[in-house]
Amino acid sequence: MTTPTLNLDVRPVGSSAAVIDIRGDITAASEQPLAAAYDEATTQHGAQALILNFTDLEYMNSSGIGMLVTLLVRANRQRQKLAAYGLTDHYRQIFELTRLDEAITIFDDENTALASTITL
Amino acid sequence: MSTPTQPQQPAGIEEIQLAVQETEALPAQAAPRDAAYWAPKVDRLVVDPERAAMGFNVEGRRVTGPQQGFGRLWQRTYSAALRPTVTPEQLIKEWKEHFASFWPKGNRFGATLIAPGEVAPIAVNAGGGIKLATGVLVLYADPESFTFMTPEGHMFAGWITFSGHVENETTVMRIQIMLRTSDPLFEVTWPVMRRMEDRFWRQTLRNVAAHFGITGIVIEEKTVALDKRRQWKHWRNVWHNSAIRSMLHLLTGPVRVLRRAAH
Repeated sequence: MTTPTLNLDVRPVGSSAAVIDIRGDITAASEQPLAAAYDEATTQHGAQALILNFTDLEYMNSSGIGMLVTLLVRANRQRQKLAAYGLTDHYRQIFELTRLDEAITIFDDENTALASTITL
Repeated sequence: MSTPTQPQQPAGIEEIQLAVQETEALPAQAAPRDAAYWAPKVDRLVVDPERAAMGFNVEGRRVTGPQQGFGRLWQRTYSAALRPTVTPEQLIKEWKEHFASFWPKGNRFGATLIAPGEVAPIAVNAGGGIKLATGVLVLYADPESFTFMTPEGHMFAGWITFSGHVENETTVMRIQIMLRTSDPLFEVTWPVMRRMEDRFWRQTLRNVAAHFGITGIVIEEKTVALDKRRQWKHWRNVWHNSAIRSMLHLLTGPVRVLRRAAH
């Protein structure tokens, strides 16, 4: 098995939203990087809406889905919105299979995601 | 010598031909590395007809993740070291092949194959001679792990992952569960179920270790409350409660026998 690699970049958008650009693999090893990105987006930038950009996601296993649930729980606890875009058909199907799409709204692109989450 | 000229073609056809050439020149999109490991999308579970008798609480059910459950969200981890001569791949290969036999006695796992998309009815010993019928979907399986997802009515809404990894030059086997109890009734019994789960999975790990000729393993257990809030919006999950439906199925058994005899 190849060693998983993950790069996360946090881009604040306006005063209440942030995009987390995900590049690489989401696995059990992603817990700390995701938590750090979440803290940066919310604590440093004050984001109330978090948009996960999965355009450059290369690999995700079942433990990775668990990491997204953990992120979702943190966001819900703070009444923050979580949304996603950039999912390929394959990963969109995984979101639907695991019913994660019922908790994390999926959009086709960043502009739509931002427009919808900021107004919610 | 005159050069034969191409017959004049309408501009539209040339543009179409150019577009076709450009499309054919594009490399095929590579499938993600995990493509073969995930179950195909399914809206409602379908049980193999050969297992229908055991799958009455699974057929037609939707799968449920932790966000569809009722109770508090727990992450429970059981782990134990094997030995360096067993690789994670060997561990998982054997665990998949003999999964049903590693379960504690009195419990049945109704599938012979651990592969993405497989639907396995299960019958678990709920105490007092009662068998609770439910099942699982094999959500994910790769050479070093596999994950089940629960259906509506199962005691838990969530995922359970069986995995092997190397730690301090030794292979460690691990069972990690992310779950909420499915409905208020199961939530009330959580203190009892939690202890039953402890016994169940500890014995499973001992059975796996024994398969490799290893005894006396030290099992570590860790439980973390990821979300202490209950999801009251999902109280209606009780409609699918597998304990109630299993009991009803048992009580109506004679009626089904009489109906079959009448036909």
